[in-house]
Amino acid sequence: MTLIGWSQILLFFGLVLAVTKPLGTYLFRVFEGDSQPLPRVLGPVERVLLRLCGAADRREQTWVRYSLALLAFSLFSVLSVYLLQRLQHLLPLNPQGLGAVGPELAFNTAASFTTNTNWQSYGGESTLSYLSQMAGLAWQNFVSAAAGIGVALALARGFTRRPGPEGQKTLGNFWVDLIRGTLYVLLPVCFVYALFLVSQGVLQNFSAYPELVTLEGGRQTLAMGPVASQEAIKMLGTNGGGFFNANSAHPFENPTPLTNLVQMFSIFAIPAALTHTYGKMAGDTKQGWALFAAMSVLFFAGVATAYAAETQPNAAVASAAQVARAGNMEGKEVRYGLSASALFATVTTDASCGAVNSMHDSFNPLGGLVPLVNMQLGEVIFGGVGAGLYGILIMVVLSVFIAGLMVGRTPEYLGKKIEAKEMKLAMLYVLIFPLFILGLAAVAAVIPQGVSSLNDAGPHGLSEILYAYTSGTANNGSAFAGLNANTPFWNITLGLAMLGGRFLMIVPALALAGSMVGKKVVPAGPGTFPTNGTLFTGLLVSVVVIVGALTFFPVLSLGPIVEHFLAGAGKVY
Amino acid sequence: MVSHLVTALRACVVTLVLTGLLYPLAVTGVAQLLFPGEANGSLVKDERGRVVGSALIGQGFSRAGYFQPRPSAAGSGYDGAASSGSNLGPTSQKLKARVAADAERLRRENPDAPGPVPGELVTASASGLDPHLSPEAARWQAPRVARARGVAPERVLALLDSQVEGRTLGVLGEPRVNVLLLNLAMDRQFGRLPAEPSGGTGADARGVAAPVGPGAP
Repeated sequence: MTLIGWSQILLFFGLVLAVTKPLGTYLFRVFEGDSQPLPRVLGPVERVLLRLCGAADRREQTWVRYSLALLAFSLFSVLSVYLLQRLQHLLPLNPQGLGAVGPELAFNTAASFTTNTNWQSYGGESTLSYLSQMAGLAWQNFVSAAAGIGVALALARGFTRRPGPEGQKTLGNFWVDLIRGTLYVLLPVCFVYALFLVSQGVLQNFSAYPELVTLEGGRQTLAMGPVASQEAIKMLGTNGGGFFNANSAHPFENPTPLTNLVQMFSIFAIPAALTHTYGKMAGDTKQGWALFAAMSVLFFAGVATAYAAETQPNAAVASAAQVARAGNMEGKEVRYGLSASALFATVTTDASCGAVNSMHDSFNPLGGLVPLVNMQLGEVIFGGVGAGLYGILIMVVLSVFIAGLMVGRTPEYLGKKIEAKEMKLAMLYVLIFPLFILGLAAVAAVIPQGVSSLNDAGPHGLSEILYAYTSGTANNGSAFAGLNANTPFWNITLGLAMLGGRFLMIVPALALAGSMVGKKVVPAGPGTFPTNGTLFTGLLVSVVVIVGALTFFPVLSLGPIVEHFLAGAGKVY
Repeated sequence: MVSHLVTALRACVVTLVLTGLLYPLAVTGVAQLLFPGEANGSLVKDERGRVVGSALIGQGFSRAGYFQPRPSAAGSGYDGAASSGSNLGPTSQKLKARVAADAERLRRENPDAPGPVPGELVTASASGLDPHLSPEAARWQAPRVARARGVAPERVLALLDSQVEGRTLGVLGEPRVNVLLLNLAMDRQFGRLPAEPSGGTGADARGVAAPVGPGAP
């Protein structure tokens, strides 16, 4: 580890810290304010869009109606993206003449982008037409992010709304949240962001792939496409689906160290800001900073571990006597180096982004452990756009429950009592996650359809399986990419993991919100456990780590942990 | 319930047109106006005006008179339409064998090179299209390049040093040399290498012989 490497990490974190308050305040104004920004310009656009959707009445919805709206929207999203891929050979903007995508792969990709996962069983440049990329995938990058913000806001409203004498049942309107998130936040930022990316060298065209003769006389074909417009929302919406197979390692997606910094920053920007938005909704910004602090502690633990691990030599490379001993550069780009690669890997898996600028499959065992654990903690370390906030709020419910058990009082949060029903919903949310990951991984590890796709043998092969289902269920989308996931077995099981990890977790979260929103607020007394201080932050970090560790430590010890010791002993498979 | 479905369908159409069509088309229009060179691939030409590649995308070099890039797992090597890393892990027998073979070959081709083989020259990049080398990994090859071209090593090193890009803002990324631009500068300064490789194995021979699944991150 070097001082410059750490300066880079601290510079990144400083930017995130600096944007949290202003962006959080802006988001509060967009979603909860009495008037939205630029009312004369964007106000009429918002009204027209809502009228076109048939949601001009803006009627507030109960948790059931909010969920139904989201599920119906997602259903049509899956169908549209599926059809677009199946018919891409008949549709325009396909200069390479790429054929129709097969049914299992099209299902997997449709599920993947609708759930904000962006797992990719395909290589973009060799599989998808420009129309499929922009009107299918980039579209879902926008709206799945906006829908995630909507769910987070609905849950936040459940905790923070103060019911009047006539009670309170509603959590906001899904269509208003969806349109506002897109119109006031994602679209304008992405427009400027995409142009910045182009100025650095990211592609933005609709050309066929040029074939040229290299300096030495060989032939080279260069992939093209409308990359920058997709790249911007891919990062800002914590989606992570690369235009190209190599994702943000591809020089046409992420050409310079500066674009690399901006890409990492744009992964964390909205999730970090939402903690502040939440604090403002709660009427106490310290509530938001307590969440921010807990996330930051876990972030630094991850990045320090990954960076330290990657500065060690790769065992397979170091085994050659003539090679200089240095950090692990297999699967990394020279322009980023070790520090910016380890940082990117941590950031992209803390948040449920899943873009990569280096190949996690080739990380040292403990370096690869960090992204895996980050996802297994439930994507709550800043987390996905929206998904991070609703994930950490479920962890908050668990934490206040445990604190309540310790002092023997009915737990309460923001003045509202947490009772048996809320705990059941929170546990449902927590348990669905390992059920999909461990259940499917166990099946894949013993049947030929599962293990025949592996690129690496030994414990690293188990890590590839575990990583795939973790990434799918956590809606992250990064991969130990040696695994050949483009088989019917993998496409279907991963598609189900992604759908389960999104919707089977969103519905309990919204039900919890519906159950909380009508509760009377009890003023804080001397026995109230404060949830806005260091003690609570410490408790929250412990709960996140303990829940994750208890669930996943056994399988991790058979994968990356045992591989670490075997690599040290010079064993290869 | 039916009204929910109708609203959902309409919302799909509205958002698809807005974010999936109008937005990328608007970005393309402005980008082509403001940054046409970058938006179309940052293509570079040789001294005769022929397009020889992209400044951002690495390409294969195997001749002794050119600086050589890292091993590539993109297609059969530096395939600009099939980006990929090797995805081999640290306990992989295939990786161990590949590194040993590459190190052996590099040692043989660079008898005058100072010190052990730099790690980057035996490790495949994440994209398979990494256009860069660290200055150290390029300098290590300088004696071979100078000998093949029949020029003094100091002149090659001086040219190399003039091509080094530093860290952005002093902290971001790593110092690096763009291999294609460096080789173009070599041709400009010391004359173009004669057309036919002298017993070289061709530009495509630098690939990594590892099966690579399409399972991309």
